[in-house]
Amino acid sequence: MDVGKVFTDGARGALSVQSAAFSLAAIGLNVQFGFAGILNFGQVGFLLVGAYGTAITADGGAPLWVGILVGIAAAIALGLLLGIPTLRLRADYLAIVTISSAEILRIGVSSRSLEDFTGGVFGIRGFANSFFDLNPIPVGRYGIGEVSFDHRALWVMTVAWTCVILASLLVRLIARSPYGRMMKAIREDEDAARSLGKNAFSIKLQALVLGGAIGAIGGIIIAIDAQFTNGDYWKSAFTFFAYTVLILGGVGSVLGPVLGSMVFWFIYQALDALLRQSITEGVFGDVFTPSDTGPLRIAFVGLALMALMIFRPQGMFGNRAEALVNE
Amino acid sequence: MRIQRRARAVAASLALGVIALALVAGPAAAGDNSVPGQQPEPTTTTSSPEAESTAISARLIDNTTPNVKGIEGARIVVFQKGKKIGSATSDADGLAVVPLPGAGTYEVRLVASTIPDGVRLTDPDKIRLPDVIVREAQQKFVIFPFGKGSSGGGASAFDRLADLAGAGLRIGLIVAVAATGLSLVFGTTGLINFAHGELLTFGALVAWYLSSSGEGAGITLALAGVIAVLFGGALGFGLEVGLWRRLRARRTGNISMLVVSIGLALFLRSVFQVIFGASPRAYDQYAAQKSVDLGPLDIQPKGLVTIGICAVILVVVALFLLRTRLGTAVRAVTDDPDLAESSGIDVQRVILAAWVTCGMLAAAAGVLLGLNQSVEYDMGFKFLLAMFAVMILGGLGSPFGAMLAGVVLGMAFEVSTYWIANDLKTALYLGVMIVVLLVRPQGILGIKERVG
Repeated sequence: MDVGKVFTDGARGALSVQSAAFSLAAIGLNVQFGFAGILNFGQVGFLLVGAYGTAITADGGAPLWVGILVGIAAAIALGLLLGIPTLRLRADYLAIVTISSAEILRIGVSSRSLEDFTGGVFGIRGFANSFFDLNPIPVGRYGIGEVSFDHRALWVMTVAWTCVILASLLVRLIARSPYGRMMKAIREDEDAARSLGKNAFSIKLQALVLGGAIGAIGGIIIAIDAQFTNGDYWKSAFTFFAYTVLILGGVGSVLGPVLGSMVFWFIYQALDALLRQSITEGVFGDVFTPSDTGPLRIAFVGLALMALMIFRPQGMFGNRAEALVNE
Repeated sequence: MRIQRRARAVAASLALGVIALALVAGPAAAGDNSVPGQQPEPTTTTSSPEAESTAISARLIDNTTPNVKGIEGARIVVFQKGKKIGSATSDADGLAVVPLPGAGTYEVRLVASTIPDGVRLTDPDKIRLPDVIVREAQQKFVIFPFGKGSSGGGASAFDRLADLAGAGLRIGLIVAVAATGLSLVFGTTGLINFAHGELLTFGALVAWYLSSSGEGAGITLALAGVIAVLFGGALGFGLEVGLWRRLRARRTGNISMLVVSIGLALFLRSVFQVIFGASPRAYDQYAAQKSVDLGPLDIQPKGLVTIGICAVILVVVALFLLRTRLGTAVRAVTDDPDLAESSGIDVQRVILAAWVTCGMLAAAAGVLLGLNQSVEYDMGFKFLLAMFAVMILGGLGSPFGAMLAGVVLGMAFEVSTYWIANDLKTALYLGVMIVVLLVRPQGILGIKERVG
């Protein structure tokens, strides 16, 4: 068995664009769930409107930066549209409403009736050439040993991780401000916060919109990196993975989602290499075939999510008292 | 169990009565002939990119015999924009798989000269399927039905609406059975169980392995269904005793338990995928049935049996809740667990009973769903939101509401396709659910209380 490959695959996974995008999705969830206590199970919907807003606008001939702004604006609009009627609901109802909204969006963009607009099941392709034209990195491969990336990947990664750092700084500012403390107060006891004259509804709405917009940037990055988006990518499993990332890192902590995502993707990709090698070398006999690697990894994520929630709800960096979610 | 035996008897007698059988397959409406021979629901994979390769799988089946027989040795050719992409000859199961370069719209043709003697296409026009849409990494199934069967053809608007209503009643009742179980558990424990869909899949898979896997017991589907229901009850028992009871003892909050159920759902679904594989399969028995003509309504016998079984199950559950001591205790715990406990009801036992019932109902719904559509590792998950919608529309924790809402939503779901595109119908009921949650969060029959 090639142990080195397990580690290098893991390391590449931890640094990948996908890891950065999941960081952003989880940072957004952290603002919503970790700070304001909103159980948003439709985070993938925000990523979807970000990706599609960008893709449709840029594909229609507008410059890419306009598309990105449209994508973020669409996420803000979705946050308002979703939040204004639903934030009054109890947490578990909100979970169902948000997951359903994300599904409606996914079904909508894949629908044949919107094919002229969204490309239907085929999606939209090749709208981000101008982003890659801006790449200042000379052609070549960069990195240490096996952990290397070509100039194209490196360019997307640089931009993606810069966004992660900026979003984390913003969250850090919020967490240390009276504004952030107010959010956490609402999460702990909404009635108490209201009786002190805080407008809990408005603060929760702001948290939903802000978290959604941060998530949308993650969606935009995924779409630009792939130069492609279609409905299949934005399934509810995406949101569940983002929650796993957030809980792994630590709900309510500033760096939790980022480190959670890096650790998650390290394990997820290392596991891929490990399972593939073990299966082809016959470690499991003929119980598994190489095509079982995908579902086996997801089974592992499911077990990890259960175990984390039961035994260590504060994750790596969270505060246990904050992590135990109240009703 | 009484019901199941009766159901088995009904199923068996109906199966004997069926002489000539025609094509089935379409998950959607029995009368949906807008896209002939294709399954409208695409196969899906749990998470992003990696999956199996893109391909068209054509199934050539003869349905002049009660059990479906594959047509061997016929050739299908796949074209894209008039250009030949590939071809394949059907094997003994009537299966011909043509790998594709990627997503796109393809044309599938059956080569007439290769059709064996003695059989012919049910509908000669469908020797050519012009617009087969295939997604990236999808195994697209198309079906070429053989035999002397007749197809609906030239149905009036009224007939078509009646067929859709029949399909809606069928699917609605199945979802009602499943959602009743979900609702019992929510009512007694407050848990919104995201792993409920996997309980359905579990039942369907157990029945498939017992009846259709070729290496299992090879028993009839009716018997396998009964055994699957028992297994489902055992799974409900095991989950309650092994997991949920322990979590409640640790004073885990409802939201934390909800997240745990998501983890459980991801885990179970992936395990099913590893064991069962990613492609959908059908039960050997009743796979292809000819519709019977009931006035304006064309429905397959198995659809009628499904409706009958569901109705019996729902009546029995209603009688259980209304007439038995345990059922009364379940309702008492749903209303107010503390009050129930202080009046001497063993709440843990009641919750256990709710979980066992939930597991049995889910397994029964899973088998019926597999019978009417196909068996797949994520079939239950696809219906999870529908079950939530039914539970919410009926009133959270109100099993009677769930029964009523299942029928209402199921009908609305299918009949809506008369006006809106088939692939948008799921979005429609989710929209209905959201509106109900906002306007009347206690649902149709739920007890009014402050939920905000």
